Amino acid sequence: MQHETTQQDGFVVVSLSGEVDLSAAPEVRRLILEQVTAGAATLVKLAGVTYIDSSGIACLVEGHQAAKRKGSRFGLLQISEPVLSVLALARLDKVFALYNAVPGPAGG
Amino acid sequence: MTQPLLLDLRFKADPAWLGTVRERVRATAMGLVHDARWVADVVLAVNEACVNVIQHAYQGNATGEIVLRMKQAGVFLEIALLDFAPPVAIEEIQPRALEDIRPGGLGTHFIRTLMDRCEYANLAGGTGNLLRMQKRLCAPPTSTLAGNTGN
Repeated sequence: MQHETTQQDGFVVVSLSGEVDLSAAPEVRRLILEQVTAGAATLVKLAGVTYIDSSGIACLVEGHQAAKRKGSRFGLLQISEPVLSVLALARLDKVFALYNAVPGPAGG
Repeated sequence: MTQPLLLDLRFKADPAWLGTVRERVRATAMGLVHDARWVADVVLAVNEACVNVIQHAYQGNATGEIVLRMKQAGVFLEIALLDFAPPVAIEEIQPRALEDIRPGGLGTHFIRTLMDRCEYANLAGGTGNLLRMQKRLCAPPTSTLAGNTGN
């Protein structure tokens, strides 16, 4: 799993690529919660994710819930087909805010 | 007549092994059914079964061992996953309600949804657990995992 964190239009964009499984989950969880608990509007970009399992999905759910508690924005950006398939299997595809592009300025 | 094993893999209950396990399962499944969706279902189900063993049976003890066997059994692909951890309470292996949105608890739901049959057993002798799963060969697609190819 590879990752990169950038800023765009008031959002922190955490970009993940490769395989997001149990071995990658602690790092993914840390990357996401670091931003969300700091109150940053956070998008997790998943365009380059070729495989995700329930451990990876759990990191996204945890980020979603932490952002909700914090009152900050959280969403998934450019979801790859593999991720969308697993989200649908977990019936979570309607739970997350999904974006094809970075939305309007956060906090605006 | 007993069918020959298509895969017989022994590995540590270490998350670092999962990528290799998926690769081997993918190659074996692809040899039976050349359908990306069917193969992706099998790969995810086996991955989730391994994750459950690592997290719940061995409780993170990466020195434990897992044995994975795959064979064709009539019109089914049969997968057996053995561990040598203390017996787990089989009645407690239940998927969580999907409307209860929280991290974790999805693996069992994935396995039961993606496979046609699955059954758990404690091994005789007081140590170890067995998960036997079957998926019908050439079954109509049951999920949308076509793209979850990895690697």
